[in-house]
Amino acid sequence: MGYDLSMRVWRGNEDGGALQDFTVSVEEGEVVLDALHRLQATQAGDLAIRWNCKAGKCGSCSAEINGRPRLMCMTRLSEYEPSETITVTPMRTFPIIKDLVTDVSYNYEKAKEIPAFAPTPPDPDGKHRMMQVDVERGQEFRKCIECFLCQDTCHVVRDHEDNKSAFAGPRFFLRYAELDMHPLDTHDRRQLAQAAAGLSMCNITKCCTEVCPEHIKITDNAIIPMKERVVDRKYDPLVWLGSKIFRRDQREEVES
Amino acid sequence: MATGVLGPERARIDKPTLRQDRWWIYPAVTFIVFTAFVVYSTWRAFSGANYYASPYLSPFYSPCLSTACVPGASDFGQPISFLPAWFSPALVILVFPLGFRLTCYYYRKAYYRAFWLSPAACAVPEPHKKYTGERRFPLILQNIHRWFFYAAFLIAIILSYDAVIAFRDENHEWGHMGLGTLILLVNVVLIWLYTLSCHSCRHITGGRLRNFSKHPLRYRFWTFVSKLNGHHARFAWASLISVALADFYIYLLATNTISDVRFF
Ligand code: SF4
Ligand code: SF4
Ligand code: FES
Ligand code: FES
Repeated sequence: MGYDLSMRVWRGNEDGGALQDFTVSVEEGEVVLDALHRLQATQAGDLAIRWNCKAGKCGSCSAEINGRPRLMCMTRLSEYEPSETITVTPMRTFPIIKDLVTDVSYNYEKAKEIPAFAPTPPDPDGKHRMMQVDVERGQEFRKCIECFLCQDTCHVVRDHEDNKSAFAGPRFFLRYAELDMHPLDTHDRRQLAQAAAGLSMCNITKCCTEVCPEHIKITDNAIIPMKERVVDRKYDPLVWLGSKIFRRDQREEVES
Repeated sequence: MATGVLGPERARIDKPTLRQDRWWIYPAVTFIVFTAFVVYSTWRAFSGANYYASPYLSPFYSPCLSTACVPGASDFGQPISFLPAWFSPALVILVFPLGFRLTCYYYRKAYYRAFWLSPAACAVPEPHKKYTGERRFPLILQNIHRWFFYAAFLIAIILSYDAVIAFRDENHEWGHMGLGTLILLVNVVLIWLYTLSCHSCRHITGGRLRNFSKHPLRYRFWTFVSKLNGHHARFAWASLISVALADFYIYLLATNTISDVRFF
């Protein structure tokens, strides 16, 4: 059964813009992205939206719905009362391009700053081997679809433009954690994560975890473990001494 | 110049947040409960009285180590003899559980949100102009959480001992159980769950490893602690409330307001 949905959609570009009211006819079972597509097809042909898979897997359709960072293709209309107005804005942490489309290149710049995986030499038969339990640990982090909703919601950069240069953000703390926990990686990324990537600016308030559409436990499984690894390296004299005496945990420290 | 979500590069929206749900409930409840706990525990810790009602010793005062302790409360001796008599014995020991909770990753989240509003809720702007996180003094001290974990572990052992000796009656004869015993028992179980589910504990047992496969035993420990760790916030709340209730029950007994309900 269809009904008329009231929507407020932000329209504009870097020179300015505003929330505009629309009424869109929608069907039961639809998602916010469907409603916006119908809006585009019937009333606002030049509405800019980024999307691709409509299945929550490409990470393109990130936006803010009633003020909450979410994927438009995974937000069902049935979550709202039919009489409720649904407000859709672009992500408010990144520079605006047009309508619902933002410039997310900050994230690609941060991705480039992470030193690449540096594996140990292969076994004599030319293969690298890992045990299943070690493979499983990193699987959670590999579910990331790079929607950047976590980056968008993180108050460190959302509320403080000037922190962007010093802060890689939760999505990339995942990457640091994944590499630091990788049994075949030869780099020690703990100092780097703390100093250059700004791990210590995160105050573990868990908003990244709250919005992640892949339900990755970013704070519990990546950020806090990385913070603990930094403690091993910098604030725990016993661990430091142990690593010197027993020559455990010898990895090459990367600075940048 | 406006910054953050109102900054010049961002989509021009004049409202700081468009959230319509009741996002303020979590910080408001946290604020009220934590403030109440701080007020209550400050009063109880400084009072230096009514913390022992044989056989029960309040968890705020355990172990009771200074010479100011009332007779019967110091099963571990009174090695701290240089403090003046008015100095409450709770203050000697309370720094450890307090420091443990203050630097706890969950409590940090809770009070950064509820007390410092940084942020009060997700996608709700914080009121502060500058933000440096836990990079500088004093917040850089959060990194000593691990040391408080070690101390809290020892205290959990002592509180377990207290729960066991609560199976004696007021004349220290075994084979008794009262409501006080039950309260101390439930409290110590919650304290253990909270302590063992700590993120530092998770790191120490196995989280720090790069190769789980080379350390099967530690991997099993880590898996177990990880399971508990998923409920860390719940245990933090439950044990906070239980420790205050346990102390309050003993306060009521010690002031003769009520008498203990005896099961056997
Ligand atoms: S937990 Fe840290 S990284 Fe995640 S949103 Fe909060 S401050 Fe940002
Ligand atoms: S971690 Fe989650 S929220 Fe962040 S980019 Fe990946 S999928 Fe999106
Ligand atoms: S369109 Fe691909 S995640 Fe929404
Ligand atoms: S006690 Fe909460 S993280 Fe350690």
